[in-house]
Amino acid sequence: MDYTAIAFFLLAAGAVATAILTITRRNPVSAAMFLVVHFVCLSGLYLTLQAQLLAALQVIVYAGAIMVLVLFVIMLLNMGDEEKLAERVNQRRILPMALGLAFALQLAIVFLSEPSPQFAKMAENAGEIGTVESIGQTMFTTYLFPFEAVSLLLLAAIIGAIILAKRRLVTN
Amino acid sequence: MMTSIPLEYYLTLSGVLFTIGAVGVLTRRNAIIIFMCIELMLNAVNLTLVGFSAYLGDVTGQIFVFFVMTVAAAEASIGLAIVLALFRNKETIYVDEVNLMKL
Repeated sequence: MDYTAIAFFLLAAGAVATAILTITRRNPVSAAMFLVVHFVCLSGLYLTLQAQLLAALQVIVYAGAIMVLVLFVIMLLNMGDEEKLAERVNQRRILPMALGLAFALQLAIVFLSEPSPQFAKMAENAGEIGTVESIGQTMFTTYLFPFEAVSLLLLAAIIGAIILAKRRLVTN
Repeated sequence: MMTSIPLEYYLTLSGVLFTIGAVGVLTRRNAIIIFMCIELMLNAVNLTLVGFSAYLGDVTGQIFVFFVMTVAAAEASIGLAIVLALFRNKETIYVDEVNLMKL
């Protein structure tokens, strides 16, 4: 077993464990902290797939920007621990668990079936396509229009967030 | 450098993470934690896209991940603004106590 496989299994175990901890912690701050660790694990998994730029972006954008925003709102609202649902707890727990189990079963069936030989190993050029040069080349030629459209989306998000979160001024 | 892990491992991991995220969305009451579970699901899909990109040798999957990250950032700002507005009006962010649109 080579180092990539060992790294994959360690990071996969870490990612699953922190994901489970994220959805089970009662305290929102510790849930957010486990989610940050989860994002770092995913960034490592991107590195095992030779996607260097995305691994860096994962840490900067998700673990850096988005989680800081989430933590800021959690601490601003200062909600404390989430108490359990009193009466509907069974109904609300069993249905999602059943859905999750069904999905896990489907996955098991897919995973135990005959794997395609095409996907047994990485493509020859996997190391080159993850670089900034390769991604930038494609993004600013083939995907130039979606790139510009996404900047409009971000502008709309900024304006929307300001309008939603500002206090209404009383004019009269 | 070649790796010995087949793509199915990555797809299974991604499916497991997506399931965990979906269960989280359905079981939690705190809107911010539900929001974090949505991020979990988005990241599970990103892992699938990067995996296919690496194994097919096509850069398009990674471009898609870039766009998904952008949409997630936009969603984060809007979602948290909604949570703030909700808390200001209703003094709660537990989704089962917010039933304005329920008949």
